[in-house]
Amino acid sequence: MTQSVVVQIGQCGNQIGCCFWDLALREHAAVNQKGIYDEAISSFFRNVDTRVAGDGGSISKGKISSLKARAVLIDMEEGVVNEILQGPLRDVFDSKQLITDISGSGNNWAMGHKVFGSLYQEQILEKLRKSAEHCDCLQCFFIIHSMGGGTGSGLGTFLLKVLEDEFPEVYRFVTSIYPSSEDDVITSPYNSILAMKELNEHADCVLPIDNQSLFDIISKIDLVVNSGKLDTTVKPKSLVTSSAGALKKQHKKPFDAMNNIVANLLLNLTSSARFEGSLNMDLNEISMNLVPFPQLHYLVSSLTPLYTLADVNIPPRRLDQMFSDAFSKDHQLMRADPKHSLYLACALMVRGNVQISDLRRNIERLKPSLRFVSWNQEGWKTSLCSVPPVGHSHSLLALANNTCVKPTFVELRERFMRLYKKKAHLHHYLQVEGMEESCFTEAVSSLSALIQEYNQLDATKSMPVADIPRLSIAM
Amino acid sequence: MSIVTVQLGQCGNQIGFEVFDTLFSDSHSSQGLCSKRENEAYQASCKERFFSEEENGVPIARAVLVDMEPKVINQTLSKAAQSGRWKYGQHAYFCQKQGSGNNWAYGYSVHGPRHEESIMNLIQKEVEKCDSLSGFFIIMSMAGGTGSGIGAFVTQNLQDHYAHSLKMNQIIWPYGTGEVIVQNYNSILTLSHLYRSSDALLVHENDAVHKICAKLMNIKQISFSDINQVLAHQLGSVFQPVYSAEGSFHYRRNPLGDLMENLVPHPEFKMLGVRNIPQMSENSLAYSTFTWAGLLKHLRQMLISNAKMEEGIDWQVRPPISGLPPLGKMPLNKELHFNTSIANLAILRGKDVQSADLEGFKDPALYTSWLEPVDAFNVWKTQRAFSKYEKSASLVSNSQFLVKPLDMIVGKAWNMFASKAYLHQYTKFGIEEEDFLDSFTLLEQVVASYYNL
Repeated sequence: MTQSVVVQIGQCGNQIGCCFWDLALREHAAVNQKGIYDEAISSFFRNVDTRVAGDGGSISKGKISSLKARAVLIDMEEGVVNEILQGPLRDVFDSKQLITDISGSGNNWAMGHKVFGSLYQEQILEKLRKSAEHCDCLQCFFIIHSMGGGTGSGLGTFLLKVLEDEFPEVYRFVTSIYPSSEDDVITSPYNSILAMKELNEHADCVLPIDNQSLFDIISKIDLVVNSGKLDTTVKPKSLVTSSAGALKKQHKKPFDAMNNIVANLLLNLTSSARFEGSLNMDLNEISMNLVPFPQLHYLVSSLTPLYTLADVNIPPRRLDQMFSDAFSKDHQLMRADPKHSLYLACALMVRGNVQISDLRRNIERLKPSLRFVSWNQEGWKTSLCSVPPVGHSHSLLALANNTCVKPTFVELRERFMRLYKKKAHLHHYLQVEGMEESCFTEAVSSLSALIQEYNQLDATKSMPVADIPRLSIAM
Repeated sequence: MSIVTVQLGQCGNQIGFEVFDTLFSDSHSSQGLCSKRENEAYQASCKERFFSEEENGVPIARAVLVDMEPKVINQTLSKAAQSGRWKYGQHAYFCQKQGSGNNWAYGYSVHGPRHEESIMNLIQKEVEKCDSLSGFFIIMSMAGGTGSGIGAFVTQNLQDHYAHSLKMNQIIWPYGTGEVIVQNYNSILTLSHLYRSSDALLVHENDAVHKICAKLMNIKQISFSDINQVLAHQLGSVFQPVYSAEGSFHYRRNPLGDLMENLVPHPEFKMLGVRNIPQMSENSLAYSTFTWAGLLKHLRQMLISNAKMEEGIDWQVRPPISGLPPLGKMPLNKELHFNTSIANLAILRGKDVQSADLEGFKDPALYTSWLEPVDAFNVWKTQRAFSKYEKSASLVSNSQFLVKPLDMIVGKAWNMFASKAYLHQYTKFGIEEEDFLDSFTLLEQVVASYYNL
């Protein structure tokens, strides 16, 4: 089995990362009752004998002694990382796997990418190499960051290039939080578009997510929980909604619930690689099946169920409802309407007591209402993992390579142009060494090229499927 | 003579387990409906083919398990060991840490050569345990990366290293509506390579077996386990021992050789399919009785109308009237109603098997013109009943049955290839556009050859 390393950068990245590790521990605790350090746990955690000084304490088998997350935490301010290290998860992190500074990036991509990039390049490389050395077979780096700020956006994307050069065989999966239109950081369009160019060129797969969608989803859950109608109660042990049993008791922070959703996304994405099932799906299969052309690697995700009813026996109708929900625009983790755009490919990752016939029945049912590109009419990739997430009997993660990402990119470009035309705030960037106007123009044309690709695909949407003449052979 | 089975990838290993389990359970079943002596001869023959003995008496499957990631092999080994009745060899498996990522190129060009020596060594060890080798049975899917890519590579290697032994590949044809998005690419690459190095391709379609589970077995929530058990039953009905020319108590020794001899007269036509009836849930079985006449009539109609199961058979389809000149070259998109055969092998197991009348299968109208029915049709029998069925009839055919599915896969793959989608994933590991074109050319040839029977 393979291992993955999580690199969490910036305030947003670290907060989400923290949620992720909390949930990962809970999930493994629920599945692994005997406390044996097995291959599933080893995908995200090391087993360490803390009595041994220095680095020699790794234990590869047997009982769990002390679990250490395979993580690297990076932030150019100390506040968030310090809080993590003083919080209930402090023992899960290896104190040597951190890089912090004091001043922060000032919401400036150039500061993050150019200044801190060069300043910390050596240290970053060292920490990454260390975490790779602790892995038997490293398959994937998961990078978590936001696009709108300075550190996550700038340093986070600098990191991508380092990873590509240093570990070319290891996949780079990036979870990027895109700024919503009401974002309070004025320069977020600049930061986002400068970061997008790097994502276009150096990421294997990007899972774009926006805060507004997460917020809407949480609001809906709250509505159900608080309405108290029709005997609906939320399952107490659901990882999504409840912090019962979590190491972090505090739920006052506004972003906690939203971060939980993203953390669940990452758990479900890797579940079929960690746990057994009748149709496994490894991480390398995700990019193989969902990325038809190297540049088109943006995957819209949706997660269901987000909450469950307290009834234990969920009849098949509920199961089918789960599939329908995954395709509704209310369940997407970014503002997108995949049903009314064009699918290039779609993956359905199911967990729990779901069998192949359930999967097929639902694909047959939903297929007619979805539009797939002409050369991939049956573009479905499916997986069945037997282990359900904590608190649910089954769950579904849908990943779609769909032209519905285009509006987000188009809007981002518009917001960028509104600022750029007036040269607003530009001097903050240009005064950083290594930054020129050409960085901006190149970034925006990279995005425009991407948008154009999606446009071309969309244009084929309403065309009838042409029959391409086959090879004719002489008999 | 013995058969060495190679199970590749998740699919191959999951199915392989069910196959050995079925073979074992059947050979030790108490419902053989025959004399003790007969039963013992049957058991001994099955054992010689598929199991070797260990000191404490638990038979070991003659199998090598290969996968590029550990989860499935671990499960398979432990399921077998837990049954307590048979198991896999302790060291008879090869495993890596990271899978092939559904990438045929990765399986064939990277994993294959990298692990060639280890895998071939394991196979050699298994071969050395056999007194006499009938050949290899390779179980793999076409849609993924390991079974398909490494399967193709290993089959080629077997051709080089064991040139005088036969190879039969059990191939799983994926569901039409995707399990894997690049399944059509992986399938055409697999088929074209196997066509050059394998002796026969025994094909099972997931869609067909799924329907059997739904309609005949009445299973509500069908799992892969259910599907694999039906598949294993069909394979068991083909591979379990049958009488040799001497009849009772004497069983044929060379299963693969006999199959090839009867069914693959020409290397251009290698694709075989199995139909097995009756197939039903245990509950229904208790209320059913069968006659050979009834079973054989259904089986014959299933053959000529290309039905994959005993329900919804189209009785309107009839063989063309003999005496008329054979139909000329057919356009590729013409509807094929009548399923022409090159060769057929009927395998009958159970009570009163000697009374079964097979004249219907000797009708020359069923066959192409270049073989006499006496050569094109063969029967194998045994009185020993198979797996709870008082009477069981199987038909292994080399016929046009796979032409439409093959045509469809080639068409879809070609469509995708024309847009160049996903090609970068294959060229990354050394499979270039020319390799794709070679595969397409070979398969278009196969399609055309079968169409023009």
